[in-house]
Amino acid sequence: MKIVFDRDKCQGHGRCYALAPDLFDADDEGYAVVLVSGDLTEEQAASAQLAADNCPEYAITVEP
Amino acid sequence: MTDLQEPTRDWAVDFDHTSEDYAQSATDIWDDLRGRCPVAHGEAHGGVWMPTRHEDISAIANDTEHFSSEGVIVSIFKPQGLAPMGYAPPITADPPFHKDSRRILLPAFAPRAIDKLEEATRDTCRELLDELLAAGTPVVDAAVQYSQNIPVRVIAHMLGVPPEDGDRFRLFIHRIIEKPGTYSGTIAPEDTLVYYIEQTLKQRRQEPPKDDLIGYLMSLEVDGEPLPDAQIFGTIGLLIIAGIDTTWSAIGASLWHLAKNPEDRKRLEEDPDVLPFAVEEFLRFYAPVTMARIASTDTEIGGCPIDERDWVLLPFPAANRDPEVFERADEFIIARQRNRHVAFGLGIHRCAGSNLARMELTVAVDEWMKRIPDFELADPDPNSVRWSTGQVRGPRELPVRILRTNEPATHGEGA
Repeated sequence: MKIVFDRDKCQGHGRCYALAPDLFDADDEGYAVVLVSGDLTEEQAASAQLAADNCPEYAITVEP
Repeated sequence: MTDLQEPTRDWAVDFDHTSEDYAQSATDIWDDLRGRCPVAHGEAHGGVWMPTRHEDISAIANDTEHFSSEGVIVSIFKPQGLAPMGYAPPITADPPFHKDSRRILLPAFAPRAIDKLEEATRDTCRELLDELLAAGTPVVDAAVQYSQNIPVRVIAHMLGVPPEDGDRFRLFIHRIIEKPGTYSGTIAPEDTLVYYIEQTLKQRRQEPPKDDLIGYLMSLEVDGEPLPDAQIFGTIGLLIIAGIDTTWSAIGASLWHLAKNPEDRKRLEEDPDVLPFAVEEFLRFYAPVTMARIASTDTEIGGCPIDERDWVLLPFPAANRDPEVFERADEFIIARQRNRHVAFGLGIHRCAGSNLARMELTVAVDEWMKRIPDFELADPDPNSVRWSTGQVRGPRELPVRILRTNEPATHGEGA
C-alpha cells in the first residue's frame, strides 16, 4: 500500500499530521507534506488510512 | 421558548438565523430541512438562501467563481464593489487577491507557531479556574466566567495589546456578529472597532517595532512595498472578529455537552488519550461557525436557482450532521475514528486560525477536566441555556453545578 496525496486539494486542515505524525508533517504554512515514499508497512498503512479518513478535503488516499 | 411550538412558521421558506427561536433549536431545524427541503430560504435580511446538505455546502465553498466572499456576515447592508479584497482580507477576499493576503498570515498560524502559545494558554485557563473556584460557590457560569475569557486573552497576547482590551473586543463582536445591523448609527464613533484599530495602529507607529502579530503585519513587505494600511487594518479586524466568539462558543458548547453527559466526563477522566478524538467530535457536533457568500452571477445550488447578489449561508454545522457523510451523524461519539468534519470550512477559505482554535479548545477542556472532573447543568431544562443568535453558535450563559474538584497541579505538571 502507498499514500497518494493531492496537494491541490490540501487546504491545511492539519488532521493528517496530527493523527499520523510519522507519515505526514506540516510545511511553514500548515499544508501537509508526505514523509514516506513507496510501500507502507501494515502498521503505517493503518495509520495512513486513519489520516485519509479524517481529511475534510478528501486529499489523501491509501492505494495498493 | 413557546416560539418553538409556533405552528405557522415554516423554516423552509421563512427562516431567520438571527432569531432567538432559531438559535435555540438550530440543529433540529437543519436535520428537518435536510430531509424535506435541503435549500431553505428566509425573507429576513433582504433574502437569504441556506443549503443544509454537505454536498451543496461543499460545492459552494469550492466555487469561488459563482460565489463571492465579499460579504461573509449576512445583514441588510450587503457589501458591493469591495471585491477582490473585501473589508477584512483574506476572509472577505476572492481570487486572485485572496492567495497572497492569506499566505502572509499562514506562517503565524501554522502548527509550529501555535505550539509556542500553548503554555501561556494553559496558564490563562488555570488562572481562570483559580478565580472561578476561589469564591467557593457551588454554581458557576462556565461560559461567562471561563470560556469567553480564554480567546480574548489569547488574541490580545498574540496582537500585543493589553489584556484588558478583551472586554471591549467582546462588545464589538456582539454588535457585529450576533446582532448585525441592529446597532448601526447608534454607537459613538470612539466606541467602535474601527476607531479602536485606528488608535492602536497610530500608537504602534510611534513606538519601536515589537515582536507580535501587529508588529509582524507592519513589518511585512510584498514586492518591496509595505502592506497597504487598509489591508493591515482589515486583517487586524479579522483576527479580533473571527478569533474570539468562535472559539469561546466551541469551548462553551463542549463544556455544555460534558455537563449533560456523565459517561463522556468519565471517559475523558479515565482515558486522556481520547481527548484529541473528543475535540474533533466536539468540533463536528457543535461547530460554531456558519459563513456566508454573495452570488456573483445567476447560478444554482443543488438545482435551486439563485439570483446574482443573493445572500447564501454556509452552515458548516449542518454539513457536519449529514448522514450521507457521517455514520450515526446525529450521535455524539467521543472516540469517533472517521471524522471528516468541516467545522473550519472547506476550500481556499479554510479557517486560517484553525490550529489556534483547536489548541485553545483542547487546552480549555483539558484544564477544566483536570480541575473540575465532575459537574452538571445547574438547571437540567435544556432551554435554560441561551444560545447565541446569528452565524456563530454557542451557549452565552452556562450555569453549572460543581460536583467534584481536584487540587491544582503543581507547576510543571499536567502539561
